[in-house]
Amino acid sequence: MISIDNVTVGYGAAGFITAVDGVSFTIGSNEIIGIAGESGSGKSTLMRAVYGDFSTGLRIKSGTVTGRFTDAATGKTIEKPSSLFRDLWWDQISYIPQGSMSVLNPLMKIEKQVVDGLPRRERGGGRRELRARIAKFLAGFGLEENVLDAYPHQLSGGMRQRVLVAIAAFVNPRLILADEPTTALDVVVQKKILLMMVEIQRRLQNTLVLVSHDLGVHYQITDRLVIMYKGQIVEAGRTADIFANPQHDYTRNLIASLPRLHGQRAVDRVGAGA
Amino acid sequence: MHLLRFIAGRLVVYALVIVFALTVLFFVPRLGPTDPVEAMLAKVASQGAYMDPAQVDKLRQSLIDTFGLGGSLWEQYGAFVNRIVFSADFGPSLSMYPTPVMELIWNALPWTFGLLLSSTLIAWILGNFVGLLSGWRPNSNSSRVMEGIAICLYPIPYYILALVLSILFSYVWKIFPLTTTIRGAPWSWELVSSIVWNSFLPAMSIVIVVFGWWVISVKAQTSALKEEEFARYARLKGLSDGRILTAYILPNALLPQITFLALQIGLMFNGSLITEILFDYPGLGLLIYTAVLQGDFNLLMGTISLSVIAVATATMIIDLIYPLLDPRIRHR
Amino acid sequence: MRSFFTHAPFRLYLGLLLLAVCIVVGGILPWLAPGDPLVWYSAPRNQNPSGAYWLGTTSLGQDVFWLLTYALRNSIILGLIVAGLSTVIGVFLGLAAGYAGGWLDRVLSFFMDALLCIPTLPILILMAALFGGQLALPIVGLLLVVFNWPYPARQVRAVALTMREREFINVAWFSGESSSRILIRHIFPYIAGWSAANFINTVLVGISTESALAVIGLSSAQQATLGTMIYWAINYQALLGGKYVWIGSPVVAIVLLFIGLFLVSSGLSMQSAAKRMSV
Ligand SMILES: Nc1ncnc2c1ncn2[C@@H]1O[C@H](COP(=O)(O)OP(=O)(O)OP(=O)(O)O)[C@@H](O)[C@H]1O
Ligand SMILES: [Mg+2]
Repeated sequence: MISIDNVTVGYGAAGFITAVDGVSFTIGSNEIIGIAGESGSGKSTLMRAVYGDFSTGLRIKSGTVTGRFTDAATGKTIEKPSSLFRDLWWDQISYIPQGSMSVLNPLMKIEKQVVDGLPRRERGGGRRELRARIAKFLAGFGLEENVLDAYPHQLSGGMRQRVLVAIAAFVNPRLILADEPTTALDVVVQKKILLMMVEIQRRLQNTLVLVSHDLGVHYQITDRLVIMYKGQIVEAGRTADIFANPQHDYTRNLIASLPRLHGQRAVDRVGAGA
Repeated sequence: MHLLRFIAGRLVVYALVIVFALTVLFFVPRLGPTDPVEAMLAKVASQGAYMDPAQVDKLRQSLIDTFGLGGSLWEQYGAFVNRIVFSADFGPSLSMYPTPVMELIWNALPWTFGLLLSSTLIAWILGNFVGLLSGWRPNSNSSRVMEGIAICLYPIPYYILALVLSILFSYVWKIFPLTTTIRGAPWSWELVSSIVWNSFLPAMSIVIVVFGWWVISVKAQTSALKEEEFARYARLKGLSDGRILTAYILPNALLPQITFLALQIGLMFNGSLITEILFDYPGLGLLIYTAVLQGDFNLLMGTISLSVIAVATATMIIDLIYPLLDPRIRHR
Repeated sequence: MRSFFTHAPFRLYLGLLLLAVCIVVGGILPWLAPGDPLVWYSAPRNQNPSGAYWLGTTSLGQDVFWLLTYALRNSIILGLIVAGLSTVIGVFLGLAAGYAGGWLDRVLSFFMDALLCIPTLPILILMAALFGGQLALPIVGLLLVVFNWPYPARQVRAVALTMREREFINVAWFSGESSSRILIRHIFPYIAGWSAANFINTVLVGISTESALAVIGLSSAQQATLGTMIYWAINYQALLGGKYVWIGSPVVAIVLLFIGLFLVSSGLSMQSAAKRMSV
């Protein structure tokens, strides 16, 4: 679906500060890809480059990010670099930005913010029917219908984050890029949202790219995992393989620093065996 | 519930502000180094009219009544507040005897109101439009030129601009009338066009200055707002520039403008007074000026009290509206 | 040319340049005047601009150029005094309100709100009309101070309120610095940039309001200000006589002075905003 070929991405108009350095990997269809790495390792930068958001002063210095999508109406294949993705936004691709606090328009009710930007194919039915569908969809994220009539400031940080996840998923796109969608949530809600996202992905058979520095999250839901370190990919492969047999020192340290995870896995195994 | 409490609180403050304003008005004639009654009598005497002492005494007594200077200070204050707040009665005009002051004010108010309202509205709409567009591309040449022009216009007081406009378009090029003369039957086309024609220059002097202000402030707001996360998110949703500007940036830019308006109403009113006088425009400003020139103290107290109360009321209403429009305050 | 007007320092420099011109004309030139330009018939009447009379003369035989220097001087002095007193009083009372809180804050805040609701000019007109048809400049100045101190006070109060919560103030307080030292060393530098911008703004408002009063002939007739010059010109039919230089020179002076003041004040506040962001 997306092939990332040896891209170097950075910031700055005059100078150039490298944030992602010579990265290659592909995003296939019908899979959940995890991206992990420490703060500042370039995860968000890579996401922006893939989404084609060059508004922050971001520049691709070398390499290419190419997308291949199928136009739903004509059935033709669209192939283009991410710099030309704009007309695919909120149609083929949607995005969950990092940090939920001020992403929503403070003067617009949630319902309108869900509807705003929705592609025509998802707007079917009247206003009331659409609202009912949205309400039902939000319920899956543990949000009640009155959230639709709320303004962002009336929601807690976690609720806002769930709303953002729901807004992006309700588009039914082929690809969802989620940049730390569950960081502000407590463990119980986090798990619920993640399962919801998995369920949606399995149902739609689309692709989810999930950025998180929490390896536990990746362990729970991703099919493939990419580990970034200082702007480079140090390890990539099937999630289960990486956890079973980490190759890189950094990955090993990461996994080792999560004793709880090991404990959980052991419990799981016991449970499965019994 | 807290909204009701909020409104009640504001109303109490408003009542206190009005009382304060009335108190100021009450004490002004008592503050100065000279006794206004004697000053007035001296003025009448200096105008050459001979009066015998009995006449002078009579005039003095009526002036004392006008100013409410009889009785103890408390009695005076009570009578003063009673007259303004509860009976809205300022007595007859001395220069246009016996027309009641209130009638003159009612005749003048629509003019001032119409002039201020229409010109600030036009300026506000134009200013927001231009400010929004130039804030969207703050570094483009046209946006810089626009801001340069606005910066040169905004600091000029209305009356100076009014003077410049009247020098240019009434004296040098005799396009617009020097003074306001309205003619035509009520509600006729001739009347309307004559009003528009005569109000054009005074209105322009206000429109241009206020326009300059909105361009400057809306541009600054827009260029800041479009970098806000919610505006960037709207862009990432693939929304068009037009949609982002009208549904995301404009509402967020409009809201703080209300507070600004509350602070500016007094200044705008000040400016329009002088503009009216310079153009002989039949509003409250001209009425005040007439009162000053004719030494018509009933009219003076009436017009001034009313303008002070009107401006205070307008300020308070806007102050009250703001939280009702901001959902962050409305739904807390 | 690219950074024209939006770049803070450039705006500031252009404004300072305009102000410098005004200050030279109004601050230094009056000393060089050949005589009191206010005196009638000290020059031939109704002269057009010439080598001897740069801006011509009035129909009362006054040299417009020297009259302008005097008017500019008086207007600037008035503006400076009004702004100085308003700023000092405003900053002091604003700090007191924000820092002390409680009933003092409530009372002071009420007066700030109330005074901001009351339009200045009608009150000034009323006083002028009541006291002999004209107000002396010191009284005009005093009244302007009364109506202008709430602007800085409100702003400073808001800053002081947030300051009370700030970390470094608490640190200073716990390390035993006295309140007044905290005010001077920590809070004042913070509000200084904004206060400077506000000061300039008040100069503008002061001069503007006095001129408004003067244009309709209610300010002092003993002293020339920019507004009274305009009033005299209108009153002696400069316009009907086509003597545009006479009435035009104070108008142009006001426009240049105000644009200069505005450029400096907005340049200053832009700069202090930039400084605050970079801290
Ligand atoms: N808008 C920007 N302008 C300039 N540099 C930036 C910008 N955004 C990020 N950077 C730099 O790029 C590098 C990578 O940042 P990035 O946001 O991609 O990290 P991240 O892996 O997402 O970190 P986190 O887990 O904290 O979100 C950092 O060194 C950061 O300082
Ligand atoms: Mg990130």
